[in-house]
Amino acid sequence: MAKQGAARKSEAVEHGLKGERGGSRAAELDRLIHERVRLGIVSALAVNDSLSFNQLKALLKTSDGNLSVHARRLEEAQYITCAKSFEGRMPKTEYRLTAAGRRALERYLDHMEALIRATRQG
Amino acid sequence: MLSIMVAPRPLHDRALDNLRFIRQTMERAGSFTAVPGWGQVAVGATALAAAFLAAHQRTPELWLATWLGEAIVALAIGGSTMVRKAYAVNDPILSGPGRRFGLSFLPPMVVGGLLTVVLYRAGLVHALPGTWLLLYGTGFVTGGAFSVRIVPVMGICFMLVGSVALFGPAAWGDWLMAAGFGGLHIVFGMIIAWRYGG
Repeated sequence: MAKQGAARKSEAVEHGLKGERGGSRAAELDRLIHERVRLGIVSALAVNDSLSFNQLKALLKTSDGNLSVHARRLEEAQYITCAKSFEGRMPKTEYRLTAAGRRALERYLDHMEALIRATRQG
Repeated sequence: MLSIMVAPRPLHDRALDNLRFIRQTMERAGSFTAVPGWGQVAVGATALAAAFLAAHQRTPELWLATWLGEAIVALAIGGSTMVRKAYAVNDPILSGPGRRFGLSFLPPMVVGGLLTVVLYRAGLVHALPGTWLLLYGTGFVTGGAFSVRIVPVMGICFMLVGSVALFGPAAWGDWLMAAGFGGLHIVFGMIIAWRYGG
């Protein structure tokens, strides 16, 4: 019973946090960051001024296609910016975290911590 | 409804797992090391061979020549693998982590070179293993300040082996050189290669 109560509580926290941030928009943001590769991209960029496509690929151990799809989704949400340039003859893609992306990561961290707190208190 | 039926443990675990993932990603990304892991393993292997050869030399000059030869080989392996690793991630070697590491790593190496001349001239060849290991370790501790935590830890290990070499019996010199330049390079090189992208 106590476990079920805790489960309800943590679920309530999960929904409550989404609710606080404004209904469906907040829920969408959560899903966007919740995916592992995207969470990895945002986390990695949070501790670096910028990272290249190849650096992110090596760091997250993912394929070119997978990384570029997820990076594009974050770019569309304006969580990251992408700058393409040439270094000699080599094309270089550089990613940076935006203020909105940093806030989204902070909210996600708060969300996870709240979930853990709720289950511990339960 | 489904989430109510599921015990709280999985949700709690998932949250913890996500936080752990974020922390680990930040840790690795925050200090992407330019130090080449596999290059170190190769340097370690050549150092073991050099320690074996050096131990069989009859004069201090030949012993010193063996290790200087190894230093050149190690420099070539370390330098080329560092450039290769930087190139693989499109990380310009003359800027970013590689540059910061190099600027901190080089001064102790220059000091090591100068002290080698002084100690050789003074007839203190037995003090060279300890001096080299200590200064090499110092380079990794100072250079590693800008790198992943394992790099300065490796530096400290080199400094510990160097301290033993400096104050221990001269007969331990080649063994400690093998343990330091051979063993530590191989062990830490494998960890760096495995955890920090080659």
